[in-house]
Amino acid sequence: MTKRIFGKAYVVGDNIDTDQIIPAQYLMYVPTVPEELEKLGSYALCGLPESLYPLRFVEAGKTKTEYPIIIAGKNFGCGSSREHAPIALAAAGCRVVIAKSYARIFFRNCIATGVLFPYEIGERFPEKIEIGQELVVDLETETLLVADHAYPLKPLGDAKEVIEAGGIFNYAKKTGMIPAGS
Amino acid sequence: MTLTEKILAKASKKSKVFPGENIWVETDILLTHDVCGPGTIGVFKREFGKNARVWNPYKIVIMPDHYIFTSDSLSNRNVDILRAFTKEQGLPYFYDVIDDPNGNWKFDPLKGPLKRQYGMHYAGVCHTALPEKGHVRPGEVLFGTDSHTCTAGAFNQFATGIGNTDAGFVMGTGKLLIKVPPTIQFYLDGELQKGVMAKDLILYIIGEIGFDGATYMAMQFEGPGAFSLSIEDRMTMANMAIEAGAKNGIFPADQKTIDYVNQRILKNGTKKEFEIVELEKDQKFFASYSIDLSKIEPTVAAPPNPANRFKAKELASVKIDRAYLGSCTGGKLTDFIAFASILKNNMVSVETFAVPSTPEVVDQLHKIEIEGQSLWEILVQAGVKITENPSCAACLGGPMDTFGRVNKPLVCISSTNRNFPGRMGDKAALVYLASPMTVAASAIKGKITDPREFL
Repeated sequence: MTKRIFGKAYVVGDNIDTDQIIPAQYLMYVPTVPEELEKLGSYALCGLPESLYPLRFVEAGKTKTEYPIIIAGKNFGCGSSREHAPIALAAAGCRVVIAKSYARIFFRNCIATGVLFPYEIGERFPEKIEIGQELVVDLETETLLVADHAYPLKPLGDAKEVIEAGGIFNYAKKTGMIPAGS
Repeated sequence: MTLTEKILAKASKKSKVFPGENIWVETDILLTHDVCGPGTIGVFKREFGKNARVWNPYKIVIMPDHYIFTSDSLSNRNVDILRAFTKEQGLPYFYDVIDDPNGNWKFDPLKGPLKRQYGMHYAGVCHTALPEKGHVRPGEVLFGTDSHTCTAGAFNQFATGIGNTDAGFVMGTGKLLIKVPPTIQFYLDGELQKGVMAKDLILYIIGEIGFDGATYMAMQFEGPGAFSLSIEDRMTMANMAIEAGAKNGIFPADQKTIDYVNQRILKNGTKKEFEIVELEKDQKFFASYSIDLSKIEPTVAAPPNPANRFKAKELASVKIDRAYLGSCTGGKLTDFIAFASILKNNMVSVETFAVPSTPEVVDQLHKIEIEGQSLWEILVQAGVKITENPSCAACLGGPMDTFGRVNKPLVCISSTNRNFPGRMGDKAALVYLASPMTVAASAIKGKITDPREFL
């Protein structure tokens, strides 16, 4: 298991809804079909208005992001229940989101799929981090390391194990809740 | 216990549950559609095996409704995936777009977006169609792969949106692990004034508690004001609980609820038995609000989110380029009646689109008359572009050829439920959310207008 996630941060504000994470016009792609999953990844966060976000999360013509870490304000992932949202972020190469708060279904979908660590943090970070700044997230201590400062993340509790196992199905198989062979 | 707690206690076979407690509940109905159904089926097959059977074919309802009347080939294919799964599993409640169980769905662009292109089983927008088709009963637990699944809370039901992975789990087991939400009480008193609709009330409430004001919580609407609302008004309210971040919205049941549900069950031959969940004296709320319905005025949510609240008259200087009526929250029959009542003997001055939410609404629009003129004729005469093809349409943008999609940076007033950047299409478009009456009055004047000017 990866103990640390490090790399460049992408920074967004408050109330980033699922239409901005993956616009509805791309929801015909089915996440369980591998080539369609890659498409979804290529469109991750393309719903952010260019006027506010001139630097794109995934560059035009590419399928992967150079930002494995997203820093967000409050209510990240609000709006629809589309699981395409965490899946698109992860398909692009994002591993962790650190937000002031989350909308319920997005948070739940991160855990159910196990594709992203949705960490909450006590203070607002979007104003403190530049897009492209190198960050380290220590999953063992559940802290965000910025330069030589360590900021505690709100522990994910039981959900952390589920995400580490790769989602609820893998977790249920690993722990014997459902037969491993199914 | 609150209404939500009582339903969840019953569904988890416990005598009592507490907010914050994680419990396994039994599902009464799992709802899915063309956008999340194929992914849910993918998860189900991946995890339970290629030959796996769903836990109970009578408890799965599949209603294609999102991207139906489009030439986009993947969207058409997604309806075919649902049909193949239905056939394989022997599911009785698949509301297909076409009649041939062995056929393939293909939208015909030559026929255009206005003329009917669906068969006899198609049900339209799932949140309106689900109760219409007799699948909603008080006291039950409904999970759906759509955030507006909470609409069914209008019927004294626990109803909430889930993702594909959770839905795949439910499909195989009938169970789901959920957290019991704390409840916020909204005690409603009085009655809405003429020209004021349930949409105004819920926009007022979301503006009051904030866009994330009910995150992880249940919004319980009660009091004489709640009972004064029609069933469809209650649906409008419960539908938008998610716009305050809530897990669910819920109403107590009254005779209106029982009559509606029984009539629909009888008509469709669905499961008859249900048990209403009554209000208890001893309820613990996270917070409580009292609202006098007679004080509510026509309310508008300005971009970029549904909590950005204004009175319609405060936005009277905002010019609009387009008006839109439709969706699960704003395309029901009563929405159309209200819309037509303002438009009668008037002409729209901006491009105006109307999308009925279900084929039944289409049918009624031809039958119901105001002063000898059908609602349909009133709209056509007023210059509204109205389609016979019910679907989610432009509420969530969708493929580029979607009817009414905002493909340019226009200012649009809409009876739908979301106004995030890009929600109806173009990222730079500005969407104002309002009641069907406010949309109608604004469409006539070409700027945001308090509909009471037309009463």
